[in-house]
Amino acid sequence: MKKFTEHQGIVAPLDRANVDTDMIIPKQFLKSIKRSGFGPNLFDELRYLDEGQPDQDSSKRPLNPDFVLNIPRYKGCSILLARRNFGCGSSREHAPWALEDFGIRAVIAPSFADIFYNNCFKNGLLPIVLDEASVDQLFAEVEANEGYQLTIDLPGQAVVKADGTRLPFEVDEFRKHCLLNGLDDIGLTLQFADDISVYEQRRRQEAPWLFAQNS
Amino acid sequence: MAGKTLYDKLWDTHLVRANEDGSALIYIDRHLLHEVTSPQAFEGLRLAGRKPWRLDTNLATPDHNVPTTDRSSGVEGIVDPVSRIQVKTLDDNCDAFGIVEFKMNDLRQGIVHVVGPEQGATLPGMTVVCGDSHTATHGAFGALAHGIGTSEVEHVLATQCLITKKMKNMLVRVDGKLGAGVTAKDVVLHVIGVIGTAGGTGCAIEFGGEVIRNLSMEGRMTICNMAIEAGARVGLVAVDQTTIDYVKGRPYAPKADLWEQAVTSWRELVSDEDAYFDQVVVIKGEEIEPQVTWGTSPEMVVAIGGQVPDPAQADDAGKREGIERALKYMGLQPNQSIQSIKLDRVFIGSCTNSRIEDLREAAAVVKGRKVASSVKQAMVVPGSGLVKAQAEAEGLDKVFIEAGLEWREPGCSMCLAMNPDKLEAGEHCASTSNRNFEGRQGFGGRTHLVSPAMAAAAAVAGHFVDVREFAAQ
Ligand code: SF4
Repeated sequence: MKKFTEHQGIVAPLDRANVDTDMIIPKQFLKSIKRSGFGPNLFDELRYLDEGQPDQDSSKRPLNPDFVLNIPRYKGCSILLARRNFGCGSSREHAPWALEDFGIRAVIAPSFADIFYNNCFKNGLLPIVLDEASVDQLFAEVEANEGYQLTIDLPGQAVVKADGTRLPFEVDEFRKHCLLNGLDDIGLTLQFADDISVYEQRRRQEAPWLFAQNS
Repeated sequence: MAGKTLYDKLWDTHLVRANEDGSALIYIDRHLLHEVTSPQAFEGLRLAGRKPWRLDTNLATPDHNVPTTDRSSGVEGIVDPVSRIQVKTLDDNCDAFGIVEFKMNDLRQGIVHVVGPEQGATLPGMTVVCGDSHTATHGAFGALAHGIGTSEVEHVLATQCLITKKMKNMLVRVDGKLGAGVTAKDVVLHVIGVIGTAGGTGCAIEFGGEVIRNLSMEGRMTICNMAIEAGARVGLVAVDQTTIDYVKGRPYAPKADLWEQAVTSWRELVSDEDAYFDQVVVIKGEEIEPQVTWGTSPEMVVAIGGQVPDPAQADDAGKREGIERALKYMGLQPNQSIQSIKLDRVFIGSCTNSRIEDLREAAAVVKGRKVASSVKQAMVVPGSGLVKAQAEAEGLDKVFIEAGLEWREPGCSMCLAMNPDKLEAGEHCASTSNRNFEGRQGFGGRTHLVSPAMAAAAAVAGHFVDVREFAAQ
């Protein structure tokens, strides 16, 4: 999992409430045996004018010029500004996989659906809850200023504007620790790699046949 | 202080680290892989730039998606594109990471839970995991074995460990002797009928008692296989001479001095006399009769002489509704006799009952007889290429074919209908598999779980019959 400490990036405003995970990544892309490569199909139905199929080269498809991710000034964005109840619906982990694969590192919204919120942390994506008024304010500023950027300061738990204004946010200590250190479950277990090696050495003495397999 | 159960001993010897929150890191000795639950795990490793912690503990084989008909055109010949991609992906991943795989046309390929024991890749005292709930099967060897999810498959690949919590201890003791014609499958179906599909939730079930001691390893595997249907992720049988004799000489079993050393250690793999079990269930072997499931859950089971239950007789409203729903799905009437249920198809196979003894049992029943004309299809799907070869060496394939049963290539097949072997809506099937859930063997399909001998007798009669009377005829 990618570490998340401080991140600065272009903000893209997705001005609609209740964006569900079907919208984030439609069902026809779930048959994949991979967990990468979903980026080109992120928001597929909003982003393209035709119906997307798996295994299709999306670079040749007709784009919806009105959709935020297709507007040139938001090119290269890595922070998504969203409305309430973002990520509702199906529990598919493909939704954070798609956002991450596209290049989004953080989503700011007044509220998130539970499962999606959890899935984000497992995949190095930071969901940030700010109050409605702050989010409204951010939408206004993004739309008024081309190239608008924000800085996410995870250790300091604040969204920082260009003028230095800090908008504090809450995040669970344990999750913060995992993100700061880039630790998923595997990463956490690997912190105990020495214990595992010590165990293996002992077992090699006690039960050597378990280490002489595939002969 | 009370002694230790077999499960306690296995847990203690594999504990790497106990965490503050009650979870623990346990070490995994054997990781089995198949094509359905592994692709995202390999992808995860790749994305994170990780390598498997220890290659030699992994063993893979495709089983769920493989066709059981002609395979001469190899993986390219798999018609369903999704299945083909999954099988190919397993091949590619195993090649790329250097994991031993018995590929589709390898003689050793088969259902992962048949292949592991057959190769001696499952050994007493091991921890065994696989991205499949029927991993409980391997507990028959006195191994701590259970199913895991895809994210855990990745975790085991990367760390050789699993984060888990200790379960409770439950003992199911089957005393006495089994009557003629009663098999391990009947024992486990009967046990599930008694304790229910949630009876073992949160527990590791150790199966003990004279009946279990007298079973072959294959019978013990059939029983542990269905521990999961009793709600337990783990089933166990203590190690004895039967276990040791079965393992000896298998390709992955220890050799020479290591063998002697291993056997000495394996003899300890029994529960202490004074071990404490949180729950004990005692069953009399003499009371077990051949079983048939009538409903859509493995606990909906009765003896062959019995009847489909009457919802009007149910103790409470919840049970009544459950019975009514199952009867409707299964197209059965209250109080209908089990023997009056007519069959459209018969499936002999799956990780529960596709080993050589199962096939011998079924062949003995159909020998010199014919499948009833009312049965559309009866098929035998051996659990592995080696089981198939053994059966052919014994001439069992001819017995089946002469009786009108199809003789197939190894795989999961109609157990879950992920390949083209499926029931059609409304069809009744006598099946030696382990799950009779709605749609399990095909949309609208109606599954009745039975032993191989009972399935074979049903194929000949066209409806369920008591194999004890049938065999004597
Ligand atoms: S035979 Fe059936 S139960 Fe066994 S592994 Fe295959 S699909 Fe699962």
